[in-house]
Amino acid sequence: MSQQFIIALSKGRIFNETLPLLAHAGIKPADDPETSRKLILDTNRGDTKLLILRAADVPTYVQYGAADVGVAGKDVLMEHGGEGLYEPVDLRIAKCRLMVAGRAGDINQPQAGVTGRRLRVATKYINSARRYYASKGEQVELIKLYGSMELAPLVGLADRIVDVVDTGNTLKANGLAPLEHIADISSRLIVNKASMKMKHEKVKTFISDIMDAVSRGG
Amino acid sequence: MNNERWVLPEGIEELLPQDAYRVELLRRQLLDMFSAWGYELVIPPFLEYTDSLLTGMGSDLDLQTFKLVDQKSGRMMGIRADMTPQVARIDAHQLGREQPTRLCYMGTVLRTHADDLSNKRSLMQIGAELYGHDGVASDIEIIRLMLAMLQRIGLGDIYLDLGHVDIFRSLAHQAKLDRQQENLLFDALQRKAAPEINDILKQSGISAVSQSMLSELIWLNGGVDVLNKARKTLKAADSNVKKAIDNLEFIAAQLAKHDPLIELHFDLAELRGYNYHTGVVFAAYKPGAGQSIAQGGRYDHIGEVFGRARPATGFTADLRALMEYSSNPGAVEPGIFAPCTDDEAQTKTIDELRAQGNRVIAALPGQTGDAKSMGCDRRLEKQNDKWVVVKA
Repeated sequence: MSQQFIIALSKGRIFNETLPLLAHAGIKPADDPETSRKLILDTNRGDTKLLILRAADVPTYVQYGAADVGVAGKDVLMEHGGEGLYEPVDLRIAKCRLMVAGRAGDINQPQAGVTGRRLRVATKYINSARRYYASKGEQVELIKLYGSMELAPLVGLADRIVDVVDTGNTLKANGLAPLEHIADISSRLIVNKASMKMKHEKVKTFISDIMDAVSRGG
Repeated sequence: MNNERWVLPEGIEELLPQDAYRVELLRRQLLDMFSAWGYELVIPPFLEYTDSLLTGMGSDLDLQTFKLVDQKSGRMMGIRADMTPQVARIDAHQLGREQPTRLCYMGTVLRTHADDLSNKRSLMQIGAELYGHDGVASDIEIIRLMLAMLQRIGLGDIYLDLGHVDIFRSLAHQAKLDRQQENLLFDALQRKAAPEINDILKQSGISAVSQSMLSELIWLNGGVDVLNKARKTLKAADSNVKKAIDNLEFIAAQLAKHDPLIELHFDLAELRGYNYHTGVVFAAYKPGAGQSIAQGGRYDHIGEVFGRARPATGFTADLRALMEYSSNPGAVEPGIFAPCTDDEAQTKTIDELRAQGNRVIAALPGQTGDAKSMGCDRRLEKQNDKWVVVKA
């Protein structure tokens, strides 16, 4: 009996930057997710399929064993908690930083001095933001948003945002500036715990192929 | 009108007749089997003082436990989130035997948050524990009993994952990691997060030899050949590590002798229950299930707080999850439908049938539904003044 091997990926940057790594492991998708509407892509290997998901859903699919392995940003893993997963390889792709940003004029303002009340922080990374401010010993009010975080400080919804920053151009274009560095982000290879044990040969070969590809690329 | 009144709390489930029947059938079969292996059933209370409930199990269990104040004594009580410490208390304090003691149990546990993928906060925990023997023989017996349980419920291919918490513990001790470093490393090891592990080790200032052994740990998993690889990789480790590897090898050989079909997998960085486990840890996996379906290990010190440190090893499983994966048939037996009469002879016939073990459902006056809709494939009919069973 040939075991299936399912890889979970998100569209866009992570997909594009993972392709060369997969190619090194001998896996090539049969379709392009940007043009195909399929959510399950066949590959050149009969037993291997790719699932195309939203980035934040990748850890969940792998955790529940709906996919054996996946590629997820460290930002998503920090938010997810990473429980029930292995994350053995830093793929060194889709690099960015998780940062606190605010109005450019606030750059030298002490936190509490901004408003004299609790800082309001808008983010989609609720857990990471809570942990970060707690580690600083600061009580803040968190506002959950799903996108366009940069808007929140401009319209007075929040004093700060916590978001991933790549080039910083979006911040700049909206009169915002990065204020505090929380964590360096890159994508990780994640592995379902049960797959690691039950599909051991396949998973271990895949991991070592990917590690090899990463070290060549770096 | 509040039409969401029927909604149960998140993670709290109930069993409807079909599933309830199958679970009960499994419960009886398994408890009978445990008894045949010499394990005595105990029924610990559903709640007790947190002082006894939470001792020696670490803070995870504390968070998992629903608590309430006993209005009579003013003391804090907890609803059990795990029965193992209760059974350990029974062995250490209530029974107080010197000889090996084998206990088994089955009961509902409640958890404040689901710690597994099923999102269940209420589990039907079934398990067996062996106290009073310090040695690999009792671990083997417990693992074999767990495998026998899984076979009994008709689980096909089982993967058995074996680990040993002494390996990490000894390496951490040898490296003189402080408590905080050990916790950080433990957390990263659980996730096999190689980049983080290397960062932590680099900053720890421990010897290069220790660093390399600890960073290699997460790659020491796979078939039985991993143990040989471990001997080489962990050559510089102290004797406890060697002993742990020897133990694993012996267990593997013994299990393979009894059950050559079992798929063995080793993971020397598996640290489930690190807070209370002290030796070999094991878990059974089934293809299609994203997590282990039964698990256990050795935990030698838990009885200490009750006055007696007894060596202990055991396993637990969620009976309901076992039922879901079980391939045993378990349909409720079709019954015999008896029409509504006031004939004494019919009542007598029904009594006889029931005494023989048949399900007989007596129709009620004016009720709706025929034999079939009442779950019966036969019915009682009066023929020549006698009540006989005919096909429905």
